[in-house]
Amino acid sequence: MTVPARQSQPAGASQGGDVLRVEHVAKSFGAVTALRDVNLRLGPGEVLGLLGDNGAGKSTLMKILCGFQPPDAGAILINGREVHLRSVDHARSLGIDTVYQDLALINQLSVYHNMFLNREKVRWPLLANRTMRRLAREYLDEMGVNIPSVDTDVAALSGGQRQAIAVARAVYSNAKILLLDEPLAAMGAKEAAIILDQVRDLKRKGDVSVIIIAHNYGQALEICDRINLLQHGMITFDKPAKDTSVAELNDIVIAEYRRALEDRQRPGANGR
Amino acid sequence: MSSGGCDRPDCSCSGSVVILLIIYFGVISSAGRSVFFEHADLQNLSVIAAPIMIIAYGEVLLLICGEIDLSVGFIYVFAPYVMHFFVDYYGIPGPLGIILAILVVGGGVGWINGFLTVTLGLPSFIATLGTGFVLSGMTLSMAHGEQAPIPPLLLGLGKWLGSGSNFSQIVWAVILLGVFHMLLRHTRWGLHTIAVGGNLLGAREAGVNSARIKYGNFMLTGMLGAFTGIQIAFQTNVIDTFAGGAAYQPMFYAVAAAVIGGTAMLGGSGTMVGAFFGAAVLAILEGGFEVIGISAFPLQIYFGAAILIAMIANVQLTRLRGEGRVR
Repeated sequence: MTVPARQSQPAGASQGGDVLRVEHVAKSFGAVTALRDVNLRLGPGEVLGLLGDNGAGKSTLMKILCGFQPPDAGAILINGREVHLRSVDHARSLGIDTVYQDLALINQLSVYHNMFLNREKVRWPLLANRTMRRLAREYLDEMGVNIPSVDTDVAALSGGQRQAIAVARAVYSNAKILLLDEPLAAMGAKEAAIILDQVRDLKRKGDVSVIIIAHNYGQALEICDRINLLQHGMITFDKPAKDTSVAELNDIVIAEYRRALEDRQRPGANGR
Repeated sequence: MSSGGCDRPDCSCSGSVVILLIIYFGVISSAGRSVFFEHADLQNLSVIAAPIMIIAYGEVLLLICGEIDLSVGFIYVFAPYVMHFFVDYYGIPGPLGIILAILVVGGGVGWINGFLTVTLGLPSFIATLGTGFVLSGMTLSMAHGEQAPIPPLLLGLGKWLGSGSNFSQIVWAVILLGVFHMLLRHTRWGLHTIAVGGNLLGAREAGVNSARIKYGNFMLTGMLGAFTGIQIAFQTNVIDTFAGGAAYQPMFYAVAAAVIGGTAMLGGSGTMVGAFFGAAVLAILEGGFEVIGISAFPLQIYFGAAILIAMIANVQLTRLRGEGRVR
């Protein structure tokens, strides 16, 4: 397949001003093609919901955007300028911060050390533990997260509390672009509300753009401005959240399942 | 249960230390005399304990970040010879010769260990065993299997390194305990070491440079080994090949001290203070048994049994504590 010379406008792009643009990004792992040709844009202050089936390539896309792994092909533009993300640190220095699906928390460290991991407050050569402890307390209180002590090891916390800490870590990093990979996965309704609230808060302030990977269409429509659907390594659907519905998204995914089923039942499939 | 205090796994050291002390005093009282408080015995203990302690600080860092160094004992034997060559054959002035030997041998072998483990992906258990054998062979062939004298130029420096009094090495061990405790608990380096060992992928996702941490800890351990070896040379007033094999001993003792002191073999947790007491306990066992006249042949039976009892206590106490934690 020949990829057309780099277009200045990916599908459905608005005029300039995009904080983040992804153009024709592809990524394979051996024989498995995770991302075929991804085009995506993120406006200033926008909350973009990235939906898709398991294995559609959502997490791979996230790991490319946060600098954890490089794409095989394609370009990433931040504020219109092409960047080559060399590492997570590099992406961070450009204002991209991430909450990973696996949360990237260290069980053996306290809540406040986790919140400042690799961004420690330092009074050289020592850690400024008191400052970090105080800030961690402030941030968590501001978010309304109920954690008895920031000195507790993360191992002792519930799934929801852990998730809240991972989100707090990213939210308070002064990021310009926030990537949230399944931020509500391990949460009950009450804990999810904390995170949803936090995203709404960011939206109100308007200076942070967010990409949220989600499974739950209802939650996604609730907080996102725009919905993108990733299928088979490509963005196949791009609509403002107010112009779509859970029903429409469901239909698309059900159609995909039907196709997959039909493929299996065709004579000759699976060697039958 | 709120703050850090003693609900952390690394505090499990205290339990085993207590048990070992009970064994120890049990043995002592049965021998009918106090070994612990006589000047000569204390000297003996500190001479045994200090090298174990200093090497153990390095092993604690490595074990916490998920690696181990089995070559450190051979670094310990090799470094004094390199110092001897630097000073006597290459005319490098005394103190510089010592520092260079520590940096070149300790840091260099540590770097190679890091390269084999991190960059080439060998398990550190095997990689460092390999470098250890190579070093052992290098020592024996460089030295032609013979002892060497301390370079005459350096004799004046000995008192700063450990030959001054029989307590000077333990003074070094205590100073380094402070330094390495601060490094582990109160610097980014220590925090990242724990992070890398606790959750390697997570630490890398958070942007921690895990390769740098591991390389660095191998090099620190190597330098501690070289430093200790040079100290021993000054203390015994001769540079010895230890006939190769005996070089295992300080390394195994150091790893044992770290683990008795509550450092997890699987990484993520451990303390310097624990290793300090672990080494003290080993020294008390070894020195104590000798003093009360247990014959040299079965000595290691008691020694091994004591280590096992300590570890069993460690594991069980940790388990009990875990069950007792309400949440």
